[in-house]
Amino acid sequence: MSVDVALFYLFAAMATASAVAMVVNVRNTVAAAMSLVICMVSLAGIYVVLEAHLIAVVQIMVYAGAIVVLFIFVVMLLNLRQDSFPPGRMRGLKFLGSLAGLWFLARFLATQAEYLPQTVALEEGFGGYRHLGMALFTDYLLAFEATSLLLLAAIVGAVILAKRRLDT
Amino acid sequence: MPWDVVAKSLFILVVAVAALAPVVTWVERKQSAVMQDRIGANRADLFGIRLLGLLHPAADVLKLIFKEDVVPIGANRVMHLVAPLIAAVAAIISFAVIPYGATYQFGDSTVNLVAADIDWGLLYIFAVGSLAAYGTILAGWASNSNWSLLGGIRASAQMISYEVTMGLSVVGVFMVFGTLKLTDMAFAQDATFRLLGFLEVFGVVDHLPRWLAWIQLPMWGVFLQPLGFIMFLTAIMAENKRPPFDIPEGESEIVAGYHTEYSGMRFGLFFMAEFIEVIVIAGLMTAIFLGGWSIPYLPQERIIGALEPLFGSGMANLLCMVAHVSTFLLKVVFMIWFQMVLRWTQPRFRYDQMMDLCWKILLPLSIANAFVTGTIILLVRSYGS
Repeated sequence: MSVDVALFYLFAAMATASAVAMVVNVRNTVAAAMSLVICMVSLAGIYVVLEAHLIAVVQIMVYAGAIVVLFIFVVMLLNLRQDSFPPGRMRGLKFLGSLAGLWFLARFLATQAEYLPQTVALEEGFGGYRHLGMALFTDYLLAFEATSLLLLAAIVGAVILAKRRLDT
Repeated sequence: MPWDVVAKSLFILVVAVAALAPVVTWVERKQSAVMQDRIGANRADLFGIRLLGLLHPAADVLKLIFKEDVVPIGANRVMHLVAPLIAAVAAIISFAVIPYGATYQFGDSTVNLVAADIDWGLLYIFAVGSLAAYGTILAGWASNSNWSLLGGIRASAQMISYEVTMGLSVVGVFMVFGTLKLTDMAFAQDATFRLLGFLEVFGVVDHLPRWLAWIQLPMWGVFLQPLGFIMFLTAIMAENKRPPFDIPEGESEIVAGYHTEYSGMRFGLFFMAEFIEVIVIAGLMTAIFLGGWSIPYLPQERIIGALEPLFGSGMANLLCMVAHVSTFLLKVVFMIWFQMVLRWTQPRFRYDQMMDLCWKILLPLSIANAFVTGTIILLVRSYGS
């Protein structure tokens, strides 16, 4: 087993374990958010193993660094504590649901394994900012600009919503 | 086993963390004393030897190690323990991508003085810096204290805001040097440029005094991107939460903010992380804006070319390496001094002033800076020689 494969399994195990920890810790909101951070960082590790270095670093900067900080900011502003949530219901149903999910995964792996992605040789400089920038500003320019317009619309909407409350 | 990486990491740990960080705490006290016309820290003595107060860092560390480690009632024990570790580790590992020397040839082997020479070096520092915010935020949350919580909330808002401007304010530098790799940036700065070079494109050079055309400046980021230098320094100092941006720990309002409930060496780790970050900031500013290891007007080939006939190739490279590393350390010490001067001359901002500075001044300015830089680069490329 090469180092790449070993690292992949390490990060994959970390990502899965932290994702499970996030769901289990749903009542302790900050612990859940921190599990999400570990999950994001493990995913970034997987991206590095896959040679997508820029995506990995953006994953950490944007998702682990900025978005979850915003989550925690909101949690701390609302000062949510463990007793802010009602006790859980439908325990048996949840347990059955997770068993069904595991069964589905096992069936998928058993029957459809050949459709999993195969390794291919990468060209020089793959995953760097030059390649990504060229792709974004030539082939996918329209999609890129449309996304920025969408984000602008979201910002304007947020400002309008906030201002309406200030004005009244 | 890549022994060179181990050796370089050890060099960073010994020089930056073990040797420089305690000295910086001493500099902080002594410099504030000088600036405020006091005598300053000089009480710690060992058998009557005081060494200008240089024994104070040792006394501090001993005190912090032997002090009782208090965890407040109702605190989240795990997160209370992990928070200072995140802060300290993030500060230390940022140093990995900062080049403290050029590339040198010793016979067949090439020595490259940076622990991790990665293509996206600057982004790595931003990523690690954004994770460092969790140290502060978790400390505020896990302490089960209102003062700490307020400090944590302020810290999360402050760090997330200044991360944006920190990234945008160096976009101009990316454009000028055409790379995100810190080693390439340092190499690009080991050259000179004519001050009027880019003005020739606009045809105004003939109307200016002739002697101006003779001026050659080192190709440092601070000369190419003066606005970027000021904005990046502001943003990264705000990211480090030191005065005048120490709103998360504002003593006059919220006791000591996020580390109110910390004592002993856990407080010491926060304290250390802050000072290591001062050194990291100094190293980063040096690498991006002050030419890194380069000696102004003396490019590496010229140094080695002049020394090679005298001492031979290996010795010439070694001497050049010593000169470069010393230059780098000298610039780092200058940037540390500069940060200390700022810290002891500026009063703390109010929260709204700090947010206004970030979103209403630095953000539009950095976007304008990127736009103007891009326009000039485009004009020079299309009409220049």
